[in-house]
Parts: sequence; structure tokens; C-alpha cells
Amino acid sequence: MAEAGLLRSRLALAWLVAGEWRWHPGRFAATAVAIAVGVALGFAVHLVNGSALASFEQAVTGVNGAADLQVRARSPLGFDERLYPRVATAPGVADASPVVRLSAKAGRARFELLGLDVIRAAAVTPSLVGARSSGPDTGSDDVFAGDALFLSRTALAATGARVGERLRVLANRRAVSLLVAGTLPGVPDGQAIGAMDIAGAQWSFGKLGRLDRLDLKLDDRTAADTALVRLLGAEAVVATGETEARQGDALSRAYRVNLDMLALVALLTGGFLVFSAQSLSVTRRLRAFALVRTLGLPKRGIIAAVALEGAIIGVVGAAIGLAVGYTMAVAALRLFGGDLGGGYFAGGTARVVFQPLAAGAFFALGLAAALLGSILPARAAARAAPAAALKNAGDVLDPRAPVPWRPALLLLLGGGVAALLPAINGLPVFGFTAMALLLAGGVVGVPWLVRRLLSPWQDRDLGTAPRLLALRHVHGAPGQAAIALCGIVASTALMIAMATMVTSFRGAVDSWLGQVLSADLYMRADGGDLDPAAQQRIAATPGIARAAFSRQLPLTIVPDRPPVILIARPVSSNAGDPSLVLLDKAPVPARTTPVWVSEPAAWLYGWSPGSDVALPIGGSRRFRVAGIWRDYARQQGAIVIRDLDYARLTGDKLRDEAAITVAPGFQTDVVRRSLMARLPPGVAVTEPATLRRFALRLFDRSFAITYVLEAVAILVGLAGVAATMSAQTIARSKEFGMLRHLGLTRRQITEMLATEGALLGLIGAVAGVALGALLGQVLIHVINPQSFNWTMATRWPFGTMVGVTAALVGAATMTAMLAGRRATASDAVAAVREDW
Amino acid sequence: MRAVLAAVAVAGIAAAPPYPVVRPGIRLSFPVDHGAHPAFRTEWWYVTGWLKGADGRDVGFQVTFFRVNPHAGANNPSRFAPHQVIFAHAALSDPALGRILHAERAARTGFGLAGAATGTAAVGLNGWTFRRLSDGRFASRVSGREFSLDLRFRPTQPPLAQGENGYSRKGPKPEQASYYYSVPHLSVAGTVARAGKAERMTGEAWLDREWSSDYLAPDASGWDWTGLNLDDGGALMAFRIRRKGGGVLWAGGSYRRPDGQVIRLAPGDVTFTPKATWRSARTGALYPVAQMLSVRLPGGVRRFPLQPMFSDQEVDARAAGQPVYWEGAVRTITGRGYLELTGYAADLKL
Repeated sequence: MAEAGLLRSRLALAWLVAGEWRWHPGRFAATAVAIAVGVALGFAVHLVNGSALASFEQAVTGVNGAADLQVRARSPLGFDERLYPRVATAPGVADASPVVRLSAKAGRARFELLGLDVIRAAAVTPSLVGARSSGPDTGSDDVFAGDALFLSRTALAATGARVGERLRVLANRRAVSLLVAGTLPGVPDGQAIGAMDIAGAQWSFGKLGRLDRLDLKLDDRTAADTALVRLLGAEAVVATGETEARQGDALSRAYRVNLDMLALVALLTGGFLVFSAQSLSVTRRLRAFALVRTLGLPKRGIIAAVALEGAIIGVVGAAIGLAVGYTMAVAALRLFGGDLGGGYFAGGTARVVFQPLAAGAFFALGLAAALLGSILPARAAARAAPAAALKNAGDVLDPRAPVPWRPALLLLLGGGVAALLPAINGLPVFGFTAMALLLAGGVVGVPWLVRRLLSPWQDRDLGTAPRLLALRHVHGAPGQAAIALCGIVASTALMIAMATMVTSFRGAVDSWLGQVLSADLYMRADGGDLDPAAQQRIAATPGIARAAFSRQLPLTIVPDRPPVILIARPVSSNAGDPSLVLLDKAPVPARTTPVWVSEPAAWLYGWSPGSDVALPIGGSRRFRVAGIWRDYARQQGAIVIRDLDYARLTGDKLRDEAAITVAPGFQTDVVRRSLMARLPPGVAVTEPATLRRFALRLFDRSFAITYVLEAVAILVGLAGVAATMSAQTIARSKEFGMLRHLGLTRRQITEMLATEGALLGLIGAVAGVALGALLGQVLIHVINPQSFNWTMATRWPFGTMVGVTAALVGAATMTAMLAGRRATASDAVAAVREDW
Repeated sequence: MRAVLAAVAVAGIAAAPPYPVVRPGIRLSFPVDHGAHPAFRTEWWYVTGWLKGADGRDVGFQVTFFRVNPHAGANNPSRFAPHQVIFAHAALSDPALGRILHAERAARTGFGLAGAATGTAAVGLNGWTFRRLSDGRFASRVSGREFSLDLRFRPTQPPLAQGENGYSRKGPKPEQASYYYSVPHLSVAGTVARAGKAERMTGEAWLDREWSSDYLAPDASGWDWTGLNLDDGGALMAFRIRRKGGGVLWAGGSYRRPDGQVIRLAPGDVTFTPKATWRSARTGALYPVAQMLSVRLPGGVRRFPLQPMFSDQEVDARAAGQPVYWEGAVRTITGRGYLELTGYAADLKL
């Protein structure tokens, strides 16, 4: 008998649930879409990042030809070629292939030109060995000819050259005519690489005596590692393809993780939306559930039924999300490139690589969000006593009951503690944990905030009855307010946090650029293109008061970190140089060579003012850190050395940049034109304003994707507010009937609802902005320094804050009024009679 | 004559060759001619022989160093300028294994990693060496993944100048020739290591030395060559150069009697007749691994049936940019030596 009853009650429940779905398909569709948006964003961002990284790694192995191990020069100055026989005969080394590496140009095309010994390369890095085109006229080709050039498919396409033709190649300030003798079939598509004989490359391009790389084939890794440590001087380091891939990974990882996190926020907002929608749907069906409870269904049955609804929403939403996400990733790669505008993977073309594991993870996350959003309200509904619930479909909360504040406080405190913890493995894991905890605390604390904000108004005379009613309603049912607001509070908070961070960052970069770009003209040539004669010619241009030449070189300090940029330039004095914004400094004793390190370099390598550092310049030497300067341009770190010291240590007199001060009485533009006339083509001369504009455009481009993600989160949140408020309003039609009986006009009820909406919107905005300000501080002071190694001062985005508040209040008011109009349209008497 | 040369295509073949032309009328002088002749395009030091260990079983071995002057980078001051390129092969034939073990190396000269000295034999390549010791012996050390050899060679007979006092013709044109001498009946002692186990071995070997600028006629497809240490102390070298599409382009050889008298063999004096063939499953090439060598001597035609130690002595050196050929230990009724078959997998280019 009990069995039969249970069966009947299940049937009844199934019928009720099916009915809900039949009558309100739009509501379920909307929640599924919310999940789909979240999953799609997360998956798309993850796919794009993964594809970009994969193509970057592929590019690395392409250029390296998959050697077991490499000995690499620490700087583009290379190392002495006499290291080669010593490494080649070292224990554990089976073969060594010497490489000269040049960045070359042919017309407008750029490619990496490798000088190789074809015999050694065939044994160590066969993919870099050229294939001659097979044809009757190629019999006299010579792999040892000094002018035979082999191009990868991409380089061949980029230069427009054909096999058998001659090509003018420009590298290291020399133009040489080379014969395109064949292709490099082993180099993957998308990589512009050229290979020629190493002796020819050394001679033609002025690299006699120097090598940039030794590719090694090993037969005993352990023996080789020990031997190489002893052999390598200051000029070279041991590296594997893995370390180079790690370099690329290290540079962009923080950026990628940040984007992933933002995408997850969209998913989280979607989860809140499901929660809102399901809460309401459960509340409205409380009586129905109570009915099946009285028919014999246990509590678990109701939870299971609602959870099943959530699961269906989750599965449908997540599946759609994955499909949309994949499509978005393909489109985004076409539009923005592999780094979504972040500028980390320049040169590489990425193709979307489907990642089944990530797809599974995002599907699971979407499903989990939908399930959680359903089970939480279902549990609350199942707790209600069936008899009471049969009569009352309103707020389960007693208006007189105090609102709990401890969980929110605990979460907020936990977030605060997590924010103080250091980064793990270069990733601000605890920083993100802190943000998640603070966000959760903020959302949980909304009911308390509602009470807190409205209590002072409780006993005031508000002028009109509708306003009083609205205030009392929101004050009395803060749970409902919280349900409507959780999504929007979360997304507003995150948007404000991001906006605060970006505003602060942009402001910091802008004012830093203003300080740094103090000269009148800036000139930039390709690596080391300005020899002393060219420098003299530039300095002698009429109208130039001073030309400060500088040289920038990548310098490998640690093999698996990206090289820092060594900048050799004149430094007037420790404090007085305006283009060196010092954050900290130390005195330089006599007979020590000073260097000034950038803030990221100091963070990355633990350098502090006054400490001594060993740098691989002109043999291994020790330098005194004379100061730390602000730099937002080089995330991998930079070191400034006085040009005189640099020339003394390395003998390198080539320069690639110049900051030019125009003499009084001369027009900058005129000087610029006469300077251009004296320079070879390819040297850019720009004014600081242009540089500044360019830098800020790059900045905006790299943050464009974050704006998009924020906007989507806000839209999802607003949709949540709209859906929840209209549902809540419709559920209160009985209450409106009662009010009409008591004499309120429909206009007054609409006014009441508008006031309620405005109140909710305002509270949501206040909570979101306050929480966002807090999260912004975590972003600025925890996540940014831990991810990018630079600091900045906070600048508040007041415009955005006001705008978001206004938008929220407006949207909530409008929605409430529109919903109220529909709810009060029905006959007042009929509405009351619904009660039985 | 010997050789299997780097399939490195060399510039300037069609144009006036920048290399010295091989002409008759030289006098070989030692030890200078044991050393390199860098102006010529190609040169080799080629040792083949039979060894016996304590267990009495025979194995064959081959150690070869080639020098090539690619005539590139003549004015280039770079230490990497490819003035000379050295190639080397080593192989071990063990009938118990049924296939040949081989290793190869290549490098341009320079940096002390590879080079061929003039004045005396001293060739080195990535740790592999062939050199003449001060006591007149030769020594070689090579090691590959599967085996290594450390051998000394003591001459028991004076060098045998091939052709006209060392001028050996290879084709119808007089400049299609090489300078060529052999040292037969070298007494060998040393160690052969396989799978980490070193074994003392002794035996008898044959050294071939040849340098040339224009070795192979354009319509030649390859050659058959053999060098036999005869049991009575005599030595026989014979070769034929096959024409593309069939037939013999050139042939020659020499027979040194036990008393030291040398009989030069003209193209009509040498006939190779295939007796058994073996097809390589790896390359599909069909090799006449057993042949009847007929040589016309003053006393009449003498026949030397050549029987391989085992069939699969094919060397696939394509990985080192070198050709596929067959280089195997062979027996005849009255002696032992090596047979070389080139150009059977594809036409050979030098």
C-alpha cells in the first residue's frame, strides 16, 4: 500500500514538473543559455590560449630541429666558436652541430636565417637540412656553396622567391645575394626559416669567430650535463627545447590564467542565474511540492526532482556552450590572433587544437553550476513543513527573524588571509582563492546588507504608502532580494574590480610614458644596425642638440626564464636621469660597475639595491645594483648599464636606438625630416606622442578581450535580475489583489514595485561596487605583482562606477514596473480568490 | 680502386675542373704518399681483412676514410670553411650474425675534430683514426654503437703500385684515372669489442690507397672490385667498371707473384662472371655475391671462384649521405679477401 502511494506521488510529481516545463519553457531555456554562455566563454578562452601555446611550442621545436640539448649564447653577441670542439668532444656528447643564428630580411619578408654545417645538422637536427629540388638542371648544386640558401615553405611564400632564383638577404647590416637552392621540407608550416652553410653565413654576415648555438645529440645525458657545466663559460648556457617552451609559457602564463579566471567568472555568474531562476521556480511550486509530500513522497524525492531539472539544464547548456565555445575560439583566433591581443605570441599562427580534457572539465563545471543552483533552493523547499507550505507560497523567511552575518564575515576574513599568502610557482593561486572567497562572502552577506541599509529608514515618514510598502517588503524579505541580486552583485563586483585594475594600470602606464619619453625624437633601427659612422652622421644632423644612443640585447640569466633585456645607454647620474623612474636606489662605491634593474627584474631575480649581481657581459662579472626603476614595457625584466661600461666590457659599439634632443630654435618636424633623409630605409623616427599613442593602443588591445568578458558577465547578471524580478513579481499577484482590496490603485502598486526595483538595484549596485573595490585591491596589490611583477597606485574608475549603478537601478526599476503591470492586470477579486 | 664515395654532389664538374688532373709518369714516394693529397678531389684509405679470435672463428672487417675537396669556400676566412670533408665507414662481418654491422661518420675538417694530414698517414674524424706509427705500422681505432675496433697493421710486403707505377686508368679517357697503390698481406693484431665484450684477434688485411679528380666516367653505373691475399704470398687485385644499361666500360688489375714479380692486367684480361645472386630485402638491390673471376696470366687463364663469407654484407650508409653498396669478405680456393659491388641499388655518382 505504501509502495503504491509512493509510486502515485512520484507520478504526480513527474506530472507537476512536466507541467512546469510545458508552461514555462522560456524560463528553462534562459537558464540553460546562461550556463551555455559561461561554458562557451570559458572553453573558448582556454582553447585559444592552449592553441597559441601549442603553436608557440611547435615554433620552438621547428627552429631547434628537435635537438636533444642545446648550448645557447646568453646574448645575441654569441659565444666564441672555439667552444665548439670542446663541447663536441665532451663525455656523453655524441655529436654537436654548430649554428649561427641571424634575423634576416628579404624585401618585406622576415625570416630566421640559420648558418649550419650540413653534415653535423644531418646527424643532430635533420629537419633543418635542405632538400634540393629534383630536376635535370640541379646537378651542379652544392650544399657547401657559401651562397646556397634553403627556405622553409613559409619563408619561400613570404619572400616570393622561387628555387633557382637569387634573393637579396639583409642581416646584421649586410646585404648579400644568395641563391635559393631548395626547401626545408622538415620545417613545419607557419615558420619562416632559412638555412645556409655556416662558413658562408659567418663570412657574409660578419659573424666570423662567433656562434649562437650548438645543437647536441647525446648518448649519455648525465655525463653530458656534468661535463657541460664545467666547459661553458659566461657566454653560453645549456638549454633544451623544453626550457625554451617554458620561457614562452612563463611569459604568458599569468596572462592566460587571468583570462581563464575571467571566463570562469562568466560561468559563475551563470551558476548564480540558475540559482535565482530555480529558487523562484521552487518557491512558486512550494504548494505543489507540499501536495506531493502529503501524497507520500519523501523530502529526497523533491530534491531529486529539482536536481534532475538542474541536470537537464546543465547538460543542455554545457553541450551548447562547448559547441559555441569552439566556434568562438576559431573566430577569435582569426580576428585577434593566438594571444587574444596580448602580444605574447607574435609571429606564430595558431590553429585551434581541440582539447578533450578541457572540454570535459568545462562541461563538468557547467553541469556542477546548474546542479548546485538547483539543489540549494530545493533543499530549502524540502525543509518547509508541508502543511504550512500548502497555505503559504511567500518568503520562507520570517520578517522578524535576524539575518545571519557570521558566514559572510568568515568568508570575507578567509579571503583577506588568502590575499596575504605568496604566489605558488609564479601563479597567484591564493590571490584568486582570495577573490573567490571575498566574492562568496559578499554575495552571502547581501541579506544582511539589505537589512543594514534599510533599517535607518524603517521608522521615517517616507511620504507615500507605496514607498513605505516597498521599503517594508524589501526589508522584510531580504532573502528574496538576495536571490534576485546574487548574480548581479557578483558580476558587478568583478567588473568594477577589473575596471579599477585596468584604470590604475592604464593611468600608471600613461604617466610613466610621460616621464620616460622626455626626448623630442626617438629613433629605432634593427638590432645593432647603427654603427659608429651612422651614429656620427646622426649626431651631426643640423638641429640636433644631443643624441643618446642605446643598444638593447636579450640576455639569458636563467635558461628556463625568458631573457631579460640589457639596455646600454648613457645614464647621467644615479638620481638625475629623467627617463629612469627610480623606485629605489643605493650608492655606488668607486670601482664597481653600476647597473639599474627594472622592477620586474628585481622581483623575478630577487635583486635589491646595493646588492651585487653576476651578469654574463664581457666574461662573467659582478655588478652593483644602483637602483630599481619602474618599467611597464618589459615583463621579462630589463637591466640598464651605462653605455661606456658596456663598450668597455664588450667592445660592441653598435647601437639600435637613439633618443634625440632638438636644439632650441629648430622645429622638431623639420629635424625629423632631415634626419630621415640621412638614414637608410627601415629606420623609424617617431615623436614621443606617437610612441605614447602606440603604447596605449597596444595596452588597450591587450585588454580588449577582458572588456568583452566583463560586458558579457554584466549582461548575464542583468538578465538574471530581470528574470528573477519578473518572476517574483508574478508570484506576488495575490498580494497585489489584497492591496487593491485595501484601496491601492494600480498606479500606486506600480509605484511600489518601481520603488522596490530601484531599491534592489541600488543595493545591488552598492554591494557590487563595494565588493568590486575590495576585489580590485586584491587584483592590484596581490595578483598583478605576483603575475606580472609590477606595482601601481590605485586609480578609481568613478565614471564606470556611477554608470554601472545608474544602469542597474534603471534596469531593475524598469523590469519591476513592466512585470508589475502584467501582474496587476488580472482582476483583483480573482487574484484573492486564488487563495483557498 | 675502391670506394664508395660520398653522394655529395660537387660543383664545377661541368665547368673546367679546378682540380689537378691525374697523369701517367709519377713516382710514388713513401711515407709522403701515405699522407693526404688535398688538391685532388677525392682520396681514400681503405682497409679490409679477415680476423680470427681465440675460438678460431673468422670475421671480416672494413675501415675506410674518405677525403673530399668540395672546392667551396676557398677564400672564406671562416674556420668552418669547407676546404675538405672527411667521411668514414667501419663494418664487421660475422657469419654467426648473418648481417653486417656498420657505422659511419662525416665532418668537414677543422677545429681538430676532423682532418687528413699530409706527409704521412694521419686521418681523424670525431675520434676515429687511421695513422701510420713511427715504426712503420699502421693503426686504426673506430667505434660505433654496436662494435668498436682497435687494430694495428704491420706491413710484410712492400707497397704494390697499381697500373703504370701507380697511374691506374678507370675509363677510356686517359684523365679518367687515379693514383693507386695497395699494401697486401698486412699482419693484423688488435681488439674487437662487441656488446661491451672486447676480444683479442689476429689476421690479415689489405690496404688500398687511391686519389683522383675524375674517377668515374659519366656513363659508368658502378663497379665490381676484389683484392685477394693469396695463401702462397701472392696478391691479386681486379676490377671492372660497368656501363649504364649493361656491358663493361673498363677493367683492369694486377697480380703480384710470390716472388714479387707484378703482372699488369689489361681490360681484356679480366672477366667477372656472376655465379649466384642475393636480393636485399631492405633496398631491393640484386647483388652477384658469388662470382667466377677469370684472369689471363702469361701461363694461361686462371680462375678464382669468389664465395662470400655470407650473403647479407650490404652496407646502407644513406643515413650519412652515402650510397648503398655491398662490401663483403670472400674466399677463393687459394686465398681470402674482399669483394666490393657498387651501383647495384642505384647508379653511382662520384
